[in-house]
Amino acid sequence: MKFSRALARFALAIALTYLGLLAVTFFIGRVIPVDPVLAVVGDHAPEHVVERVREEMGLNKPLLEQFGIYVSKVLRGDFGMSVLTSNPVLDDIKRTFPATFELATLGILIGAGFGVPLGVWAAVRRGGVADQVVRVMGLVGYSVPIFWLGLMALVLFYAKLDWVAGPGRIDVTYEYMFTPSTGILLLDTAMQGQWEAFRNVFSHLILPASLLGYFSLAYISRMTRSFMLNELSQEYVVAARAKGISEARIIWRHALRNALVPLVTVITLSYAGLLEGSVLTETVFAWPGLGLYITNSLQNADMNAVLGGTIVVGSVFIGLNLLSDLLYRTLDPRTRAR
Amino acid sequence: MKLASSLLTRRQLGVAAAASALVLSLGTVPALAATPPDTLVVAFAFDDMITLDPGEAFEISTGEFIGNTYSQLVRYDVADPSKLYGDLAKSWKVSEDGKSYTFELKPNLKFASGNPLSAEDVVWSLQRAVLMDKGPAFILTQFGFTKDNVKNKIKATGPLTVTIETDKAYAPTFVLNCLTANVAAVLDKKLVLSKEVNGDMGSAWMKTNYAGSGAMKLREWRPNEVLVLERNDNFYADKSKPARVIYRHIKESATQRLLLEKGDADIARNLTPQDLDAVVKTQGIKTTATPKGTVYYISLNQKNPILAKPEVREALKWLVDYSAIGDTIIKNIGVIHQNFMPVGLLGASTVNPYKLDVDKAKALLKKAGYPNGFKVTIDMRTVQPVQGITEAFQQTAKRAGIDVEIIPGDGKQVLTKYRARTHDMYIGQWGADYWDPNTNTDFVRNADNADNAKVKSLAWRNAWDAPALYMQADAAVLERDPARRKALYDKMQAEFRATSPFIMLYQQTEVAAYRSNVSGFRIGSTSDSTYVYRAAKR
Repeated sequence: MKFSRALARFALAIALTYLGLLAVTFFIGRVIPVDPVLAVVGDHAPEHVVERVREEMGLNKPLLEQFGIYVSKVLRGDFGMSVLTSNPVLDDIKRTFPATFELATLGILIGAGFGVPLGVWAAVRRGGVADQVVRVMGLVGYSVPIFWLGLMALVLFYAKLDWVAGPGRIDVTYEYMFTPSTGILLLDTAMQGQWEAFRNVFSHLILPASLLGYFSLAYISRMTRSFMLNELSQEYVVAARAKGISEARIIWRHALRNALVPLVTVITLSYAGLLEGSVLTETVFAWPGLGLYITNSLQNADMNAVLGGTIVVGSVFIGLNLLSDLLYRTLDPRTRAR
Repeated sequence: MKLASSLLTRRQLGVAAAASALVLSLGTVPALAATPPDTLVVAFAFDDMITLDPGEAFEISTGEFIGNTYSQLVRYDVADPSKLYGDLAKSWKVSEDGKSYTFELKPNLKFASGNPLSAEDVVWSLQRAVLMDKGPAFILTQFGFTKDNVKNKIKATGPLTVTIETDKAYAPTFVLNCLTANVAAVLDKKLVLSKEVNGDMGSAWMKTNYAGSGAMKLREWRPNEVLVLERNDNFYADKSKPARVIYRHIKESATQRLLLEKGDADIARNLTPQDLDAVVKTQGIKTTATPKGTVYYISLNQKNPILAKPEVREALKWLVDYSAIGDTIIKNIGVIHQNFMPVGLLGASTVNPYKLDVDKAKALLKKAGYPNGFKVTIDMRTVQPVQGITEAFQQTAKRAGIDVEIIPGDGKQVLTKYRARTHDMYIGQWGADYWDPNTNTDFVRNADNADNAKVKSLAWRNAWDAPALYMQADAAVLERDPARRKALYDKMQAEFRATSPFIMLYQQTEVAAYRSNVSGFRIGSTSDSTYVYRAAKR
């Protein structure tokens, strides 16, 4: 009984969150001083065509009615058509989200995979070389513009050293060697056994993913260091040392385990941040992801696309928040329900 | 205490090192040939492409796509745009009264689908454009075609004969020039009708599909990502040199440059002047440039009483440092041009009377009653070179006491404001819709200056009422003698230069950089005359 009530309350909260998100985005979209019809007919179209298209798009109806129509369509699974691609928005998202997902996932794996050990090392060797490295990396990560770093990385690793492939997700030659099914090219090529194509996809992916990973790493390593320092100053660590437990075991099995509790939230939120699509990285690397899609649509007041993208981003955040909550409960026995 | 080894056991260190090495090695690919020899790869920003239907497409990038994949009755020669040749038409004639055009089609033509191409397809395509009445339809409807009469005005009078009746005796060059536009592209009637839904004439399907007869056909379009064209083996003239042309959407100029230098792209289309300068110095890369039918200008809203004064209008024209702008900001990408008609069109004037003359401007302002200048705003898109030019103008205008406040904005945002006539000054551009001098008369036509007018031309957007010029434009379109027609446009441009509220700045030059093993690539003066199928790779 209690559980179902909690579930109902939870579902209501989610529904209200979505509704609020959509309402705010919708009304901002209708209020911004950009004429959505411009993107459809262009600047040279005669006035009567402009007016007719405005009527066809339902833009002359009262705002609340337009919003109501939109929400009722969404509930039926119809996200509308994108003005800019002539495709249903749902199709566009199915095409662009996997690209962002692949990039963000590899990015966070690099960011957390290197960031956490680096942060631990900096905490343990406080004031030492690792600590300075973490500090500098953090500073660079916050100060250097990502598009500049991205271009420099391309010039160095792609143009000069030839270590990685260039912008875009895959080379022309490999494009038709497999059939995209999930849109996550690493998975698609692996599932179909096209290993040369797999290597090519990875080669395209590694540089932008490392770039995003680097920026997550800067943040994650600082937070890890901070949480670890907190843990290592606790009394149980002193007690464990007195008992003769090895330093490595204390750091990894005990202190880190406890530091992971707040750290998991940091990592999931970083991941969510990457998943909403980083426009600048996508621009530099010609990565056809969600960030570019939403930004381009916003600049043209293509509201169906913007709202569709907003729903995706909102869902990502809600989902990852849930995940972080669950992980919290798993890692910290004190938070489990009585 | 040896912390390094206590931090990680040797075994863990070893595993970590091995994993990193494996990951890094996965990233390196053997050096493959950058692009296959029968495929042309073009780095091009084409996020303006929103539909593939010639009956409704009005964007620059789509223009190029249609130019390479569809056919029209007539086309103009890219080497000499004043010459027309028959694309689908074998011959044509104009009636004595000048209102009837008859086209004989070439026999045995086919669409890419294999369906035969006859007069019925031509007629249906033209009627369809008029009936759909989308953005570009006016290019045809301006000849008097309406939804009610088009089936009688455009007819197939034989299996290979098309007859078109216009409402007035227009200059034949005008009518024929308009028939070279994308909206007059010929669609495969059988194919498109087979995809028709709810009587939409195939409009929903045509947004993302292809039904043409050009040198190339569509393979795939992923919006804002890639556009792939393939050789059309049913093409009736010289077959496409490349088997495939792949357009990759790359927004960032520096990225385009990197791809070109590495050989992962054969042609780069959107390099900034700085990147062009650098790339020209690279071994193995060449550039090609063509003047386009796009002119840039600063306009003065006549609703602002200060800007409505003729002396103020003229003074502002003397406050632009044309030569400095031409030598620096628009170097290689434009040529100073102070007329509304782009060079290359019949009757285009190359007279550029204005230069920077602060004293003259000050004298004019004094005469207008503003010896100490005045305050005014200008709406500007935050892109180059428009931003650089606006800032330069702000500086030179200040020397005459005019305080120009720059209001920056995003492309569509600024355009929306301009179309609502709520600006003071605006810096923008206008491109030719079809290759005929009448196209840019949008600068002078304003039949109704009211806020809810039915026609919102450039002249209307700036509330400029010049009935004399408007009448001259109408007369020029009906003048059948080319020499007399040219003289009319000369007169119009002279008057425009003196009295209009437009400070004409420059005509755009489009530049592309390409690898030296590519030959035969040339940019057209309109978007639909850049024929990629004529480019070959050694």
